[in-house]
Amino acid sequence: MSKNRKHTQLSEIWRRYRKNKTAVLGFVLLVIIIGTALFADVIVPYSKCIEQVGADRLQGPSMAHFFGTDEFGRDLFARVVHGSRYSLMIGLVTSLMALVIGAVLGASAGYFGGVVDNVISRIMDVFMCVPPILLSLAVVAALGTNLRNLIIAITVSCVPGNVRLIRSVVLTTAEQDYVEAAKSYGTSNARIIFRYVLPNAMGPIIVNTTMSISDMMLSAAGLSFIGMGIQPPSPEWGALLSNAQQYLFTAPYLLLFPGIFILLSSLAFNLVGDGLTDALDPKLRD
Amino acid sequence: MSKYIMKRLLYMIPVLLGVSFLVFTILSLTPGDPGSIILGITAKKEDIAALNAEFGYNQPFFIRFFNYIGDIIFHFDLGTSYATRQPVMESILARFPNTLLLAVLSMCLSAVLGISMGIFSAVRQYSVMDHVCIVVALVFASMPSFWLGLMMLILFSLKLGWLPSFGADTLRHFILPALTLSLPSAAGLLRLTRASMLETIRQEYIRTARAKGASNRRVIWKHALRNALLPVVTAMGGGFGASLGGAIIAETVFAMPGMGTLMTTAIRQKDVPMVMGATLFLAVLFSLVILAVDILYAFIDPRIKAKYQNGGKSRE
Repeated sequence: MSKNRKHTQLSEIWRRYRKNKTAVLGFVLLVIIIGTALFADVIVPYSKCIEQVGADRLQGPSMAHFFGTDEFGRDLFARVVHGSRYSLMIGLVTSLMALVIGAVLGASAGYFGGVVDNVISRIMDVFMCVPPILLSLAVVAALGTNLRNLIIAITVSCVPGNVRLIRSVVLTTAEQDYVEAAKSYGTSNARIIFRYVLPNAMGPIIVNTTMSISDMMLSAAGLSFIGMGIQPPSPEWGALLSNAQQYLFTAPYLLLFPGIFILLSSLAFNLVGDGLTDALDPKLRD
Repeated sequence: MSKYIMKRLLYMIPVLLGVSFLVFTILSLTPGDPGSIILGITAKKEDIAALNAEFGYNQPFFIRFFNYIGDIIFHFDLGTSYATRQPVMESILARFPNTLLLAVLSMCLSAVLGISMGIFSAVRQYSVMDHVCIVVALVFASMPSFWLGLMMLILFSLKLGWLPSFGADTLRHFILPALTLSLPSAAGLLRLTRASMLETIRQEYIRTARAKGASNRRVIWKHALRNALLPVVTAMGGGFGASLGGAIIAETVFAMPGMGTLMTTAIRQKDVPMVMGATLFLAVLFSLVILAVDILYAFIDPRIKAKYQNGGKSRE
């Protein structure tokens, strides 16, 4: 019964989502980008990323090298394709981690209220006082620059916003009658939170997470760009751009392609997020 | 109202102490001690120990924290840089005006662009211009600002030669960095203003105003705009923090001597007091701006003003 209902609800959301042309465009874009990351090795072997051909240094785009080559004669197309793995992975992992931490803290604060809420909210107030990128920079400064620390740094900066959002959504949901009913027959707090409150507060949370993937990808690229994230020779997009800065005059295409890929993937998540906002909004149901 | 402002100012004290503790704790995780960072690992053990003692690094964590806070409060002193051996406060004050000017310029630019286009888009919902605005905004919002900066640098500085590509000597040097920072955030503000405007136009009191025969212009400017701008004002407070942060990256693109380049250099040199001082300095500024925005908010929205005048701060 419940499974059947869930199915119809999902197909209902999908039906509304499909009606929105830009949202569908975003979805297609997203599928292409995720496909690129998943099948990077099929599209172009990883060896192409590191193979240095002295004769092919700083070649413009051509049939042999679709996006041209960098200062070591490495194929930029291969590097951009394989770089998609970093950006997507960082975007997804940081958003999910920030979501889980945010859900646990935010739901506890909203559901229990009182002292728990006060302690969590006051600590988050402190975090909110530091602009996200500063927080990330401080974490990177302390822990050092590598992939793991970059992920920690970006997650930390994203948690306070999530806690706030989830807390406020849970606050409204926790007052509903069905939560009261569940309490009355002695359901445990953890079960009420995870079984009744969070699923019903899911709409805004899903939308926020989708959009935050795009933000996280941009911050990761930004940090790598100023040399505080993933270090060259890894073909991460921000790191590629950071490197390309030295060849503004001679090889502007080195700058163009990684940037376009960051733009497109971030755009894809934003479009999907926009589409989901409309599709999940009960007020807009027809 | 003044009671509310007092209350908020008092609340800032524990929050700022919390911020200092947070940043201090994060940066104490940095491996290595000042002695070996400055002198290098090849230095003699006694020299390293002597230097650590000079920095007070041989004391326990909490003593160091309280000394640090004490120095800030009583002497307005953020300590001494490991790298340059100069007072941190001096280096910050020398660089800060550039960053502030950049952040303020880009805030104003993005507010003017974002809000006006947002209103325009909402008033002409579903027109061609509305669609163009939305698409352009979404593209700019999805763009890494430093990339936009580099592209503009290639076009306006290298190809056309209209604007300088690096430095911070004249106001002309600030045009490209400010555009770099403001275009993506203007896009965000446009989307927010438009959504909020559309939401407001659907409200009952707008229908009432129309029913009473108010002109379309009066309904939009007098009744709808004031209410629709509330979430936008909140977002701008956060946006100022974002532009302070974004300034860090824009400064790198345009090689501007500001807080951002100061911090990235300090991080590379493991100059903990400098990173600590700069982070704390910007965090304090940011929280003051957020407070100012909250107060401004109360002035725009009579409902909130009334609520605070009645005392009790409700859970939002």
